Amino acid sequence: MREQLAKIREEAAAKLAAVTSGAELEELRVRYLGKKGEITAILKQMGSLPAEERPKMGQLANEARADIEKKLAEAKRNVEAKALEMKLRAEAVDVTVPGKSVHIGHRHPMYIALDEMKEIFIGMGFTVVDGPEIELAELNFDRLNAGEGHPSRDWSDTFYFDRDERVMLRSQTSPMQVRAMDTLPLPIRMVAPGRVYRKDEVDATHSPMFHQIEGMVIDRGVTMADLKGTLNAVIKKMYGEDTRTRFRPHHFPFTEPSCEVDVQCHKCGGAGCPTCKGEGWIELLGAGMIHPRVLEMAGIDPEVWSGWAFGFGLERTAMRRFKIDDLRLIFENDVRFLEQF
Amino acid sequence: MNLSRKWLNEFVNIDANDHDFAEAMTLSGSKVETTADLGAEISGVVVGRVVSMEKHPNSDHMWVCRVDVGRDEPVQIVTGAWNVHEGDLVPVALHRSTLPGGKKIEKGKLRGVLSNGMLCSLRELGLDERDFPYAVITAAALLNDYHPIDPEKPSIPADIKPGDKIYGPVVAARVLNAGGADENGLYPCGMDAGSGAQSILTPCQNIHEGDMVAYNTKTASVCTLSDLHAEQREFPHCIEDGIFILREEGIVPGDDIKPVINADDRVVEFEITPNRPDCLSVIGLAREAAATFDKPLTLHAPVVRGGGPGVLTDLLKVETRDPDLCPRYTARMVRNVKIAPSPKWMRERLRSMGVRPINNIVDITNYVMLEYGQPMHAFDYRYVKGGKIVVRRALEGEELTTLDGCVHTLTADHLVIADDTRAVGLAGIMGGLNSEIVADTTDVVFESANFDGTCIRRGALALGMRTEASAKFEKGLDIMNTLPAVDRACELVELLGAGEVLDGVIDIQNHIPEPWHMELEPEKINALLGTDVPEAEMVSILRKLDFQVDGRHVTVPSWRGDVRRMADLAEEVARFYGYNNIPVTLMRGQTTRGGYSKEQKLENRLGELARNCGYDEIITYSFISPTAYDKIGWSPDHPRRDSFKILNPLGEDTSVMRTTTLPSMLEILSRNYNFRNKNVKLYELGRIYLPGREDGLANEAKVLTLGAYGDDMDFYALKGAVEAVLKGIRARDVSFEAAKAEIWGDAVAPYHPGRVAAVMSGADCLGFVGQIHPNVARNYGVDCELYCAELSFDELALAQGPDPVYQPLPRYPSVTRDLALIAPHAVTVGQIEKCIKAAGGKYLRDVALFDIYEGPGVPEGKRSTAYSLEMRSDEGTLTDDHAEETVSNILAALKKELGAVLR
Repeated sequence: MREQLAKIREEAAAKLAAVTSGAELEELRVRYLGKKGEITAILKQMGSLPAEERPKMGQLANEARADIEKKLAEAKRNVEAKALEMKLRAEAVDVTVPGKSVHIGHRHPMYIALDEMKEIFIGMGFTVVDGPEIELAELNFDRLNAGEGHPSRDWSDTFYFDRDERVMLRSQTSPMQVRAMDTLPLPIRMVAPGRVYRKDEVDATHSPMFHQIEGMVIDRGVTMADLKGTLNAVIKKMYGEDTRTRFRPHHFPFTEPSCEVDVQCHKCGGAGCPTCKGEGWIELLGAGMIHPRVLEMAGIDPEVWSGWAFGFGLERTAMRRFKIDDLRLIFENDVRFLEQF
Repeated sequence: MNLSRKWLNEFVNIDANDHDFAEAMTLSGSKVETTADLGAEISGVVVGRVVSMEKHPNSDHMWVCRVDVGRDEPVQIVTGAWNVHEGDLVPVALHRSTLPGGKKIEKGKLRGVLSNGMLCSLRELGLDERDFPYAVITAAALLNDYHPIDPEKPSIPADIKPGDKIYGPVVAARVLNAGGADENGLYPCGMDAGSGAQSILTPCQNIHEGDMVAYNTKTASVCTLSDLHAEQREFPHCIEDGIFILREEGIVPGDDIKPVINADDRVVEFEITPNRPDCLSVIGLAREAAATFDKPLTLHAPVVRGGGPGVLTDLLKVETRDPDLCPRYTARMVRNVKIAPSPKWMRERLRSMGVRPINNIVDITNYVMLEYGQPMHAFDYRYVKGGKIVVRRALEGEELTTLDGCVHTLTADHLVIADDTRAVGLAGIMGGLNSEIVADTTDVVFESANFDGTCIRRGALALGMRTEASAKFEKGLDIMNTLPAVDRACELVELLGAGEVLDGVIDIQNHIPEPWHMELEPEKINALLGTDVPEAEMVSILRKLDFQVDGRHVTVPSWRGDVRRMADLAEEVARFYGYNNIPVTLMRGQTTRGGYSKEQKLENRLGELARNCGYDEIITYSFISPTAYDKIGWSPDHPRRDSFKILNPLGEDTSVMRTTTLPSMLEILSRNYNFRNKNVKLYELGRIYLPGREDGLANEAKVLTLGAYGDDMDFYALKGAVEAVLKGIRARDVSFEAAKAEIWGDAVAPYHPGRVAAVMSGADCLGFVGQIHPNVARNYGVDCELYCAELSFDELALAQGPDPVYQPLPRYPSVTRDLALIAPHAVTVGQIEKCIKAAGGKYLRDVALFDIYEGPGVPEGKRSTAYSLEMRSDEGTLTDDHAEETVSNILAALKKELGAVLR
């Protein structure tokens, strides 16, 4: 009986090691461990053994059973692993086939540039404000120190309306300076992006409607050095830390001193090329210390408060940001253009 | 404003190269746009002397010249011009030279004879007769060049001999010898007019030995084309063009041509800001340059000898009837004027600044305008009727022909210079043709006045004639400049010997402003700039600009009307201290918190949601064509047609401010369709401009517009996007209703009547979503289905739900039941859903439509809809009884209210 058990154990181990399918495995389980299986058959013979032999033999039989069960489980794991492996192999896909399309819409490149800029200013404590495009001429001109007779008021430059001579399409976002002075508590840090309108025929660099962003700070003791510092920081954030700027005198009716800010040409690095018309610099924005008269007109005492303001064209910024060479693309809205951004 | 570097150097000696000059001037506030090298295109062109000339062996009109160009040996050059003579000095473009217009000259053979370059005409050097009046070519009509119009009947016989009569006193003459020009530009010529050899002087340059000419025995002159009343084609080579024969002093063969023709100057173009009209002059820019480069400025006060015949005040009276419009009028007179070309130096100056030389008197006025920045005018005194100049407003309808020959009908808004009877000039804009300086002008009145800038600007604008003078006046000129300018003009008259200047000046001073005084406040200036500029440096800067500084007392020069207060002085200091030397600091002071408003956050959110739905953002013009309202099918009396109309639009297409965004979207959809772009989805969050506000401004309402077409588009695809957007802002109580024209009128006229829904939040309409009416699509040239939605931003803001509050997750499982219903076709899914929800009681949690079917198996006029109902209790696992009860309640309600039954 002992030999029988040993033989069964040996035989089962060999067979289980060679098993390849689940059916074969089940067959072996029934053959060795089933109700009519070989181990059961051995156990049934136990009755014929002497009493003192029984526990010993019982133990041996149980050991054999446990051993076979263990091997059976092992074989099962192997078979399952093999089956899974084959399944996975069969399920392999061509990973180069394109994925199922999820179409996400695109932000217009001009607004991408604007968003970046707004984020920079918000980070510096500026509030974003919004105002009317059909604006009072008083705010667009008079309150900005460009009184009757200023050339920019001409019909050839600015759009007016038939219904009311007091109103016009704002030619700049600068009236937002006045609106901010009139409505916001001091001190003020604000930016105001928006549409502006000038009587320019459409070409690669002009459009009768375009966008500007205006910015203004009013506080006690604000200096032109602050203007330079802040604008430099903004420009470096926009165009990279190694961007070089230069400030040069200019004239705006509502700032004094006034300046224009140039960035060194990104194409030639300042050596002079067609992009910068040989100057090595590209004009970026206009700025200046708020004219004391403009503060006075808003009821702000220039002896106590000072401030600076700037304004620049967003299309040009977006065009530089994305190397777009024709302004018309911005307003054409061809999806082949829009979906590049 | 153009500036000749040579002219500049008369006032301040600056030797900086082009780049350094441009950069320094730009950084001190006079922005340089470009620098033009007048001779940039000319190279390898030298002065040459014609040593010998021979007829070309293979040509009847070309000459083979040997030209001394300052080398060991003369060079051989072939020319086709007839006006060259041995001994002439001419410009020679040598082998491998370049000329204006990018023309390159190389040696080569002309009809077999080697030519080592080219003799140049004025035009080939980029010049014309106004630059060199002496270079005008007079051409004789050569009988040996005669080509009769009708070969059968020649007017001049081919075998004509010297002395033969051509007509009247004109006979044929043979040229025996011909030489180079004398000092007066006349050519000595020996000829035989039938009566033996005789010598004459002729201005004709194209005569050579052996030529046959027509000689007028009465006037002793050689006949030109016009003398013979002949046509050009009869004498094809008798053309008033030829080589530029140089008559400059002190030039020798081999000299570079550039200094000879002033092509060695550089002209700098400045962008002058409108606050600095004083810089629209050579002296103004010289002052800036002197301060920029810290060099002395040498100005010169004009000195007039005077003494001309007569008493000025007897000859001329001036009256200014509108003193406000003419604060100052200064005039002087010159008599016994000899009109002639001005000298070369003056012509060169004018030319380099882009002004065409005309004659000495006109050139002087232009010269002074450029130098002093003071526009001048010269009248011919004999046409100033009554010896009286009146500055007055024009009469309504008064006519005046200006110097450019244009006739203008004037109004009382225009200021004119008139005599006793009529207008003789448009004040500050242009003189009148009726008092123009002409060749026989003998007495001249110089006007140097100051006019009101706005009046001049408006006048010029109304007439569409912005001139150099008006452009200066409109910015407001220095009132103190009129007298020095008129004196300078008179000084130049004397210098040129152009006439006799009368003593005295007429100077009407209606309004001379007091000099502007102010205090220098160095502390405040430094506080504004954020600098630490010493007071002494400020004073030095201001003095360089001719401000008088006495202690802290500053007197602003009369030409600096732009400097009135501390900030203006700060700018002057900053400009020359250097903007780039101002330190760079970050703002101190109270920090403010920046960020977006609630409204801006919603704008950002809506855009983000639209993009997540696959829609690309567009930007469209705010102005549209008024015909757009017709194109989208609005009725003629739709109140929304009332738009802000632009008085002075660029064109009809951009002439009204839109009151709807739909045309803009349709335009872009159409454009993409024409570009053959497939599957287009677009959105814009843009404004409309509605009139009606008290303050005259518009109600600028924002609209979220979606537009799409393509394979994957239908009504439900767009509706799905709208639903996603609304869900994304947690819009309250959203529903969609078929939008009938009877209710919504023109608002839905652009849409397909059966495929448009009003988007509701409770009882408020947020906007519409639907298919564009095929007729409207066709109006935009599109023949596929277009889908659009318009949602009011303000309404969306109102409909936006509150921030989410956490709801506990269900603790008990839900039960699902599917219902397939048959209902009359007219019953909408919306009605069914509403009914199910109403009857569903407390256990019904969700209703989801999963099928719609019509066709076999469903009776005619009916429709099958299938719903999945989810039921759940919060108290425990829902029992079958409760579920069945809920479903039967729903079915009962459906049957009762809608006639819908289980399929």
